[in-house]
Amino acid sequence: MKLYDYVLSPSCYKVRLMAALTGVTLDIRPVDFHPGAEHRGPELLALNPAGSIPILEDGDLVLTESSAMLVYLAATAAPQWLGNDAAGQAATVQQWLSFSQRLTASLGAARLHEMLLRPGDIDALRAQGTAALRELEAGLVERRIRGQRFLASDRPTVADIACFPYVALAPDGGVSLDPYPAIRLWSRAIRAIDGFIEMPGIHRLHELKPEPSPEGGEA
Amino acid sequence: MTRNAMIDEWYPVGLVSQLDAHGRKTALMGEPIEVRLGEDGSAKVTGGNGRVLPACIRYGHVWSSLGDPQKPLFAIPEADQPGRRLVDVGVVRVRCSPLRAVENFLDIAHFPFVHTDILGAEPHTEVQNYKVEIREDDDEVWATQVQFYQPQAAKSAQGGITTQYMYRVPAPTCSILYKTCPPRPGEWDVITLFVQPLAEDLCDVWPWMALFDDETPMTDLIHFQQTIFVQDRSILENQIPGLLPLDPGMEIPTRADLTSVAYRRWLKRHGYTYGAQLVAQ
Repeated sequence: MKLYDYVLSPSCYKVRLMAALTGVTLDIRPVDFHPGAEHRGPELLALNPAGSIPILEDGDLVLTESSAMLVYLAATAAPQWLGNDAAGQAATVQQWLSFSQRLTASLGAARLHEMLLRPGDIDALRAQGTAALRELEAGLVERRIRGQRFLASDRPTVADIACFPYVALAPDGGVSLDPYPAIRLWSRAIRAIDGFIEMPGIHRLHELKPEPSPEGGEA
Repeated sequence: MTRNAMIDEWYPVGLVSQLDAHGRKTALMGEPIEVRLGEDGSAKVTGGNGRVLPACIRYGHVWSSLGDPQKPLFAIPEADQPGRRLVDVGVVRVRCSPLRAVENFLDIAHFPFVHTDILGAEPHTEVQNYKVEIREDDDEVWATQVQFYQPQAAKSAQGGITTQYMYRVPAPTCSILYKTCPPRPGEWDVITLFVQPLAEDLCDVWPWMALFDDETPMTDLIHFQQTIFVQDRSILENQIPGLLPLDPGMEIPTRADLTSVAYRRWLKRHGYTYGAQLVAQ
């Protein structure tokens, strides 16, 4: 599978992360998104008239929506990432996959504005991003009350991978994650999954140090 | 805005490759400016009140100043060496002091923790002794004989190597790094950090490189450097205090910070204080 990729793009990172977690090796084709605007050039527009990346090619199949790429990787290599067939869970996965587009349009656009000087109404983008984060926080709190750590079940699904990158990078756009304890726990749970990979701005989980002993112990 | 010695310095204000007649609106030290391509092919920069500002084109970028530069833009002789690939990395905006951005670039000790598995890795965290001086003749800060173990020092590096470095600060918001060149031992790769101060706590950073590397595709070179810089960005945006402290009572440096100490001393000596905190608060 060939991924048209930009190293700083959270949407491209979703696909790289999903591939790493499902054991799929990608053939990475770097795209000069910034400063070169290669995604707006004739070669890539021919593949994706929307002028966006990532683009995933596998034989005759060309995908231009990151959520579809996550589903394709999971269905190909590790179907447990799709969630189960129960109506409620299947719909919940779809609900969060669609919701992830709101994160891209708000937190993602705020990040592009603040970091790469793309145009946008920064106050409106941050307000929309904050509204989406509050909704996500509420959803995760409800899950926790049911004893589940992830968005659609007690194990991670494509829904978590679709939502995680733009949320984790919200501070890049000037939106703090400090008010959202459930989101921070969820981020930690995702980063603790075997095979997790980083991107610039999303750090690996550092090992938790043992609690200092109250008696002072070895010190 | 108080008069500051930094007013008369040159600053990067855009990429030459993106110059057009339409113009780009940006800012320099709090003043709105516009950068455009003149009919004669030169760069034209105008200030907030429409006055014409000094402008020159060098190292892939347009340079300007709000004041009256007393000397031409600093020289990078290696930039004119035949055979080098010149890499426009592109702008990244950071909500931090422009001086903080340069100071971070001069720091080696953070490599294993921020650029893990690329520019450093535990347990190779020791910063060995190196030499730092303020060269009086050139009026520049230099750090030499710097070496550090790096898992992937450059896009062209195969596996870990001990990399040699030299750092140079020729202007208050610009630094040049000379680094072991894996494909051509004996030469130095040139990696620069050109910082455009928008405000005392906001800057546009324009990394630029002049490398000996005939193999790596240009996009990979750009992405390598953008990866490194964006790993630094969130750290820079969370430093406290936001302005760079020039009061020696504010922080206790260690041996690994010698370059930072010299940089701060040099800034203070010249009154380069835009983005600095003079008295500990």
